[in-house]
Amino acid sequence: MTAKVVTVTSGKGGVGKTTATANLGAALAENGQKVVCIDADIGLRNLDVVMGLENRIVYDLVDAVEGRCRLRQAMIRDKRLPELYLIPAAQTRDKSAVSPSDMIRLCSELRPDYDWIMIDSPAGIERGFRNAVAPADIIIVITNPDVSAVRDADRIIGLIEAEEKGPARLVINRIKPGMVRKGDMLSVDDVLELLAVELVGMVPEDENVIQSTNRGLPVVLDGKSKAGQAFRSIARRLNGEKVPFPNLEEESGFFNRLARWLRAEGS
Amino acid sequence: MSAFLNRLFGREPKSASQAKERLKSVLVHDRTDLSPGVIADLKDDIIVAISRHVEIDPTAVKIKMSYDGREQRLIADIPLRSVRRRY
Repeated sequence: MTAKVVTVTSGKGGVGKTTATANLGAALAENGQKVVCIDADIGLRNLDVVMGLENRIVYDLVDAVEGRCRLRQAMIRDKRLPELYLIPAAQTRDKSAVSPSDMIRLCSELRPDYDWIMIDSPAGIERGFRNAVAPADIIIVITNPDVSAVRDADRIIGLIEAEEKGPARLVINRIKPGMVRKGDMLSVDDVLELLAVELVGMVPEDENVIQSTNRGLPVVLDGKSKAGQAFRSIARRLNGEKVPFPNLEEESGFFNRLARWLRAEGS
Repeated sequence: MSAFLNRLFGREPKSASQAKERLKSVLVHDRTDLSPGVIADLKDDIIVAISRHVEIDPTAVKIKMSYDGREQRLIADIPLRSVRRRY
């Protein structure tokens, strides 16, 4: 077993990095693969609450790096998925407590025993970002279809290319298909034309994400959630499967389907 | 009022296409670190250099940034002034 290291980053904060890391980790683990998620956002840890593991933390990433515990002691096993682990960030330290070479060393220690190492990057382009991308084999840039998130994604993609870690792969999160149809939100094609990178996923805005996160459960375990389905598709694409992209802008719902059916019958 | 009428009759461009156009120009400048001011200076230098060799109309010179995928290029459009030949 040689784990692939996937870093999820974005530049701008609040676009869904932590949600994506937790859900991709869960989707891969649900598929029977061994996964470690690492929260690299030292000082502002959040992956633990999103995964619902906040009450089990004894040691953290900085403890493991500084040798206060063995790496295994800093790994928390998920409640539902026995193949999923979390290494939480330290809350009382800052980004300078860990260096890019620490992250490379830590990942090489984990690689032989796991299939995937998922790293949740902090926002920004400073030390924390460099820590998160240093060990990466694959970098996923996550953005939202709005001007500031797309602009920051472009900066990050440029930095990833400059570090020779590219090409980055893009996930567009929080798409509102109704607004895209009305011409009031950038479409997937618009964002792809602007950023000119490979698309690996598109995730619709979905209230189930908020509900699952409130409960500390991954939304991928909710079979009805559209966002959950989108994250499962991204996990399959990471595994090399060719999963077609759905047309999110197509109208759905009973009345729209009825209208389309009537139009089709009439012609 | 006219904004309202424009919206009513669908003459105002959709907000998504405005976002896209604005992003196009912002990204070009972000990627190259060339601000509009630097491009203006560059244009002046190009006009001086070319004028040493051929006659051009400085007011007709256009410099713009364009990009193809993630590659940037600078495009200069320099119309030559037609020279009346003397015999």
